[in-house]
Amino acid sequence: MTTIEEAPPAAPEIGKDRRRKEDQRLITGRTRWTDNIALPGMLHLAMVRSPHAHAKILSIDIEAADKSLNIYEVFTGKHLAETQGVVVNAWPITTEQKTPDHLPMAIDEVHFAGEIVAVVAARTAAEARDAAELVDVEYELLPAVLDLKEAAEDKVLAHPSLGTNKTAFWQLDSAGQGTGRAIDEVIEEARADGIVIEREYRQQRLIPAFMEPRSVVVDPTGEQITMWSATQIPHITRFLLAATTGVPESKIRVIAPDVGGGFGGKLQTTPEEWITWATARKIGKPCKYTETRSESLISAHHGRDQWQKLTLAATKEGKVTGLKVDLLADLGAYVGVVGGGVPVLGAWMFNAIYKWDAYQFNCTPVLTNKTWVDAYRGAGRPEATYAIERLMDELAVEVGKDPLEIREMNWIKHEEFPFTTVAGMTYDSGNYEAATAKAKEMFGYDALRAEQKQRRESGDKVQLGIGISTFTEMCGLAPSRVLGSLNYGAGGWEHATVRMLPTGKVEVITGASAHGQGHETAFSQIVADRLGVPFEDVEILHGDTQVSHKGLDTYGSRSLVVGGEALVLAADKVIEKAKPLAAHLLEANAEDLEFSAGRYSVKGTDQGIGIAEVALATFAAHNYPEGMEPGIDAESTYDPVNFSFPHGTHLCAAEVDTETGQVKLRKYVCVDDIGNIINPLIVSGQVHGGLVQGIAQALWEEAVYDDSGTLVSGSFVDYLLPTAADTINFEIDHTTSPSTTNTLGTKGVGEAGTIASTPAVVNAVVDAVRQFGVNDILMPCTPERVWSAIHGSDPGKDTVEGAMPHFDGGNQEDNQ
Amino acid sequence: MIPARFDYVAPTSVEEALQALAEHGDEAKILAGGQSLLPVLRMRLNAPEWVIDLGKIDALRGIRDDGDAIVIGALTTHHDVMHDALVEEHALLIKKAATEVADAQVRHRGTFGGALAHADPAGDLGAPALALGAEFVIAGSGGTRTVGADDFFVDLFETAIGEDEILTEVRIPKHTGWGAHYAKFVRVAHQWPIVAVAATVKADGGTISEARVGLTNMGSTPLRARGVEEALAGATASEDGVREAAAKAADGTNPPSDLNGSAEYRRHLATVLTRRAVAAAAGG
Ligand SMILES: Cc1cc2nc3c(=O)[nH]c(=O)nc-3n(C[C@H](O)[C@H](O)[C@H](O)COP(=O)(O)OP(=O)(O)OC[C@H]3O[C@@H](n4cnc5c(N)ncnc54)[C@H](O)[C@@H]3O)c2cc1C
Repeated sequence: MTTIEEAPPAAPEIGKDRRRKEDQRLITGRTRWTDNIALPGMLHLAMVRSPHAHAKILSIDIEAADKSLNIYEVFTGKHLAETQGVVVNAWPITTEQKTPDHLPMAIDEVHFAGEIVAVVAARTAAEARDAAELVDVEYELLPAVLDLKEAAEDKVLAHPSLGTNKTAFWQLDSAGQGTGRAIDEVIEEARADGIVIEREYRQQRLIPAFMEPRSVVVDPTGEQITMWSATQIPHITRFLLAATTGVPESKIRVIAPDVGGGFGGKLQTTPEEWITWATARKIGKPCKYTETRSESLISAHHGRDQWQKLTLAATKEGKVTGLKVDLLADLGAYVGVVGGGVPVLGAWMFNAIYKWDAYQFNCTPVLTNKTWVDAYRGAGRPEATYAIERLMDELAVEVGKDPLEIREMNWIKHEEFPFTTVAGMTYDSGNYEAATAKAKEMFGYDALRAEQKQRRESGDKVQLGIGISTFTEMCGLAPSRVLGSLNYGAGGWEHATVRMLPTGKVEVITGASAHGQGHETAFSQIVADRLGVPFEDVEILHGDTQVSHKGLDTYGSRSLVVGGEALVLAADKVIEKAKPLAAHLLEANAEDLEFSAGRYSVKGTDQGIGIAEVALATFAAHNYPEGMEPGIDAESTYDPVNFSFPHGTHLCAAEVDTETGQVKLRKYVCVDDIGNIINPLIVSGQVHGGLVQGIAQALWEEAVYDDSGTLVSGSFVDYLLPTAADTINFEIDHTTSPSTTNTLGTKGVGEAGTIASTPAVVNAVVDAVRQFGVNDILMPCTPERVWSAIHGSDPGKDTVEGAMPHFDGGNQEDNQ
Repeated sequence: MIPARFDYVAPTSVEEALQALAEHGDEAKILAGGQSLLPVLRMRLNAPEWVIDLGKIDALRGIRDDGDAIVIGALTTHHDVMHDALVEEHALLIKKAATEVADAQVRHRGTFGGALAHADPAGDLGAPALALGAEFVIAGSGGTRTVGADDFFVDLFETAIGEDEILTEVRIPKHTGWGAHYAKFVRVAHQWPIVAVAATVKADGGTISEARVGLTNMGSTPLRARGVEEALAGATASEDGVREAAAKAADGTNPPSDLNGSAEYRRHLATVLTRRAVAAAAGG
């Protein structure tokens, strides 16, 4: 890809393949991650964690730890007591939701292996760790509930005091809300004279596995208490610190410096942050806690983990009439900040790009004694997309049609937009025909189908499968009123400020909080175009609540479609605000001025003045019109009017070695329609990364617990993250149906690849081996599962709960 | 993660290293490339009081020709092994396997001796060393002894090296002109093998005259598939020609069951991989 660095200044920035300006410092390490922050007198913390999934804490002996070298303090939950605040769920999905209290540090009872029971503060991180090993906790084991389906039966309780594991029941019913017919009727009709497909799909538990482990520093020594945290949500963290610890919000400053990835895994307010906060305040010295990778894997929230029971009704010809979804969602031991809201976000997406008569979504989020589960890239939508895109392939087989044809029979036609779906969402724009046609051609669909046929007929030991996913998703969280109607604890607006500096430079402040997405570059491109200033002159500031006082942070593919729009509005306000001054300086009438390419000009003359000059004039303030203040900075808060609905057609060809079950990707083509594109290079990066994360769910990743509740895949030896060596060259392209709900015509792209790719891959794998009588393989499609499926044994059996012991300690008796 | 406290010494000769070992005995651990020991220390699976770093003993590094064998110094890195001309000419199987170890970073630090001493049954070098009939030269306070491959691997993470001894070099009998292939089965590229098969064969005119086959991760130690080896003598050098012999690959093995596969699946894989590895080694 070419980088157009020396394009003439007049060429629009939007649409340029700009390299990311933040990368130089991020890649070379010329930045400060939270763990690089060192303050005078700072103490280091180490956490003592429960090895048990469910237990009573009988006693905690801290004496040996307290007496060891350079130890400052050791605190248990009893010591911190009410000073530690609580960790909250911001989205109780029903008013009756049963939410267990979540203390940052457990006092009486632990509910998952990894929960914190004590903290050690020491002069060095090593001393803290050594002393943490000496804290002696006596537990009384309680029965743990680990399996999601068993948990739903309420025989063993994750939190006995709640009386149930089921936190809530949430339903969307097309008949009830008036967006369609009654589902049971439609299913009855199909049973009598049509097709009913019933399936149960598993969304295995995943671990977000961001690159930078979580880290937090709290400095209680100034007038404001400052927290640096590797978080996606500094603004929400500040608000919740104030709300739960009683410190006035004005005395709290939260900074998310450069943050190394999140994928939703840092969309959380964490026990570690709250404990560091409480410990630093209690001791009166700055404290730092940085987790190890092992701690990260067991205690940072996980993602997915659902059982989906699905009943699809269709006519004999393959026209879908309705879908009923019964979802069990494992929340783990606590309800996280989004919590049950994650599976609920899928409610509007099971119907995807299709037109049906009836739809019902039933969701029961359930507690178990495992690590908590919350948002992970896509959050609710990948699960929904997986289910429907797998079902569409199954329907195609049932009807005997090509799976693309079945989709075309059922999807919304481009001339039908805006379209209100059976779930009640109004899609603003899209063109599924165009994206599919382009993808089909790039893929060489017909030739690959021919090859597949030939391999089947010749009984080749390597079989070929073709998988399809014609996805859409809803992102750009979210119109505040809609969130309010869903009982969500916050709004969905975003804030921006544009500050015109006297030297002509522009400072832009955004409430979105990037953690690897490239906002600094894309946002600079938008502002450069809007104000007609050079790209290099725009600086994007974010992530520090003292600089960016207002914001709702970064998740749900919202930064561009919501935060970008706030920027546009703020920049437009600057242009309007500066106009009277420009007119004054030009000795012209404001009505006679037009603004373009950074200049106000008097219509029909060659007279004009640049916006930088106007900014300088406000600095000197020697000469400005009566009644105007000498300032042209402006801010804006934008509340989106709708969600954003990107879509795309993803086609995957996979080869299956029938002798070993090994799956090899052969070709992957995707044509995503994300509306107008600000920076194609950044978009490619988002798509590539998204694809790999989605493919990883299909083929590699799975968090596995043993029957005592220990995370077996507790290191990267056993939790298989792919690297570049495991992927292929993705062929990506776009069609463009600009969004009609924002000025820039953009749609979100942060999660699209992850949402779309998982079913494309599994559809390809199943398609490759369908002739052996296979119609499903549990994810991840490990070689063993695929091989078992081909050879008629159970492809749905659970992963063996054992880790490889590569780092066995040898003479362990030395280590007691 | 942060390891527990330990003291550190870096001797410059094998004698000094042995002295240090004698002094600290089972409170000490030897450090070679650190690619297995450091994770163990960092995860606090072991907490030795002393770490004796062999890194400064240059005599333990390098590969030399010794008549009917080549000799690989214990501290030679995987990277140096896989790029060595002697290894390529006389022990192609070792080169093939070394190439498959982990990733480039680990191969630049991890050592041949360290990997064999660590004796991870999923390690990539044990089976090739076993298949080629390597001899392990072990130095102790009483002098030097040589242990044959069949006696070297004792159990999971356990070898014939005593607590006060050091593996100094490994002699690999020359297999000049033998074809070789290391078939490593993984789910993602940087993984230890779920199962791997190390095969080296002497083939004349499309017929296998002699074969050596080693199995990785099919038991608590690397294994030699002797039944396969015997059945291969005289076989045609093709996948079909070796099919019957390869079917014996899992005989008498006791592979583990873990996240990556059940024992039953591993047994199946061993036969497929053996067929493919032998055929590839024979150029078939
Ligand atoms: C991410 C990662 C991936 C890996 N993947 C693979 C893989 O795919 N395949 C594979 O085979 N290996 C893999 N390894 C392991 C790697 O090959 C190591 O190099 C090897 O296991 C140990 O060699 P070392 O030199 O690093 O030894 P060290 O870690 O220094 O030592 C290992 C053990 O051997 C002992 N020891 C070392 N040298 C001697 C000696 N000369 N005499 C007596 N005892 C000694 C030590 O005391 C210690 O107990 C991987 C390692 C990592 C970190």
